[in-house]
Amino acid sequence: MLQLSDDDRAMLNGDRGPAPRLAMSILVRMADVYGAAELMDISQAHIDSTIYLGDATLDFAERLAALGARVAVPTSLNVSGVDECGWKDWAVPPDWAAKAARQMLAYEKMGAVPMWTCAPYQTHMRPAFGQQIAWGESNAIAFANSVIGARTERYPDLLDVCCAITGRVPAVGLHLTAQRAGQMLLRLAGVAPALQQDDQFFAVLGHLVGTLAGDQIPVIDGILVRPAEDRLKAFAAASASSGRVALFHMVGVTPEAPTLDAAFQGRAAPPAIEITTADLRAARRELTTADGQPLDMVILGSPHFSLAEFSLLAPLVAGRQVHPRVKFLVTSSRLMKERAEESGVLAPIVAFGAQITLDTCILASPMLPPEIKTLMTNSAKYAYYAPSLLNTRVTFGSLADCVRSAVEGRVVRDESLWRIA
Amino acid sequence: MADRVIAGRAIVAGNAEGDALVTSDALSFWGGYDFHTGEIIDRRHPLAGVRAAGRILAVPFSKGSSSTTAVLVEAVRAGTAPAAILTTGVDAFFALASIVADVMYGKPFPVIALEPVDFASLRSGEQLRIELSGVIRRI
Repeated sequence: MLQLSDDDRAMLNGDRGPAPRLAMSILVRMADVYGAAELMDISQAHIDSTIYLGDATLDFAERLAALGARVAVPTSLNVSGVDECGWKDWAVPPDWAAKAARQMLAYEKMGAVPMWTCAPYQTHMRPAFGQQIAWGESNAIAFANSVIGARTERYPDLLDVCCAITGRVPAVGLHLTAQRAGQMLLRLAGVAPALQQDDQFFAVLGHLVGTLAGDQIPVIDGILVRPAEDRLKAFAAASASSGRVALFHMVGVTPEAPTLDAAFQGRAAPPAIEITTADLRAARRELTTADGQPLDMVILGSPHFSLAEFSLLAPLVAGRQVHPRVKFLVTSSRLMKERAEESGVLAPIVAFGAQITLDTCILASPMLPPEIKTLMTNSAKYAYYAPSLLNTRVTFGSLADCVRSAVEGRVVRDESLWRIA
Repeated sequence: MADRVIAGRAIVAGNAEGDALVTSDALSFWGGYDFHTGEIIDRRHPLAGVRAAGRILAVPFSKGSSSTTAVLVEAVRAGTAPAAILTTGVDAFFALASIVADVMYGKPFPVIALEPVDFASLRSGEQLRIELSGVIRRI
């Protein structure tokens, strides 16, 4: 039975105005769904409801804004449905752009920070270890929980904003220490360090883990390398696309899993499911739906490209040119683009012929013209969704493969590490 | 022969009747469901190309995008949503979509959690009636 605090009841009764009342009424019904005994405070939120899909998402945003909704905690905003400044360079219908911009405005009016990024954890609003937060956006949820050790349930669109307005969440699930223990064990078996160092490895592993984990919290053992943050970001995004991973533990890598024992909070680990090199090869093959060499566009940046990723890309493209038949697009945030500009790594990327889209991505905004039929990407998330959402074929490859393919105007991949020996 | 009556747990209560569309594979509605047509579009899903609008969709749980909820609410608004969703556990995404569809448009849809063994007994094409109590009858 749900016990509300005096503050909760005041919000529910409308004493704090109509917006907290609406948000709390939804939250209370959801607390029943979750089987929560009480609500608890959060100190930060990230709103994924910013993505314009159609009239319903816009109705919801504008209804809350019209009721005078304000966020009660520091809140960042996820990608929107349009690149406010750059959409005219693409095939975005003006009516879509106008409605997506209205939806952006509605959330900005609530006092949230207009980051417009799906990688808020790489901004100054990155939460701290142990911090209680309410985040939407599947990749960001998995990253915040797993890589940072902040605590959020897997919040859906339209609930994230209710949490932000009330500053409250049902006290259940991943907010609670005991619910964060690993539930299944996946162990890399004989996967060579050289393969683990490949820049596709963590995205491929994430794709595979997402398909294996079902609704369980996976523990991954047998990692022999120290992955850079962007590799864990790629893992999180991949596992939350092919599956529903909101928290994973990587033994010796993520903060709640210094040891196998810690990952399971001292409970006995279940029998390990082995992941072999052959499993990883098969998972990598699944990410590619195209065959042959035709290539229309290279697309990077799901989740949004970071400064570190711009810095890796810059030397690969310096002095080279994108093939005239191919588009090369990087999706990122205003903040990261600014940082890349300041640090001098953006200039060679632009000189190479790359375009940059901000605030959104190719999955969230109808920007690609119909003649773009074959994509290449190093993002497992782009590779997972593009065939269904965009009706395109896709090839998954490394960052270096993407650059080389863009230069040659056809798909080329270095298969030396992934070929069957 | 399968039981005529299944005791489901009403996560969001409601009445519905229709033919079942059953899958054992989780689904993300964002990138997986076209709310303009009511069709499942995830090419990696066994139900790709099948229309779920107006049917009783049995899917063990949601996966993938947080925007699954928003897509479902769009589908309710557009009249292309499933008539009800049956799951194996409590799925907050489907429940929230129904609650918001209620708040915004007065059109909730039943979301019912089943025991795995009952879920496994469901077959696509069979006619089901969902009652307010969460009871599901094969008709």
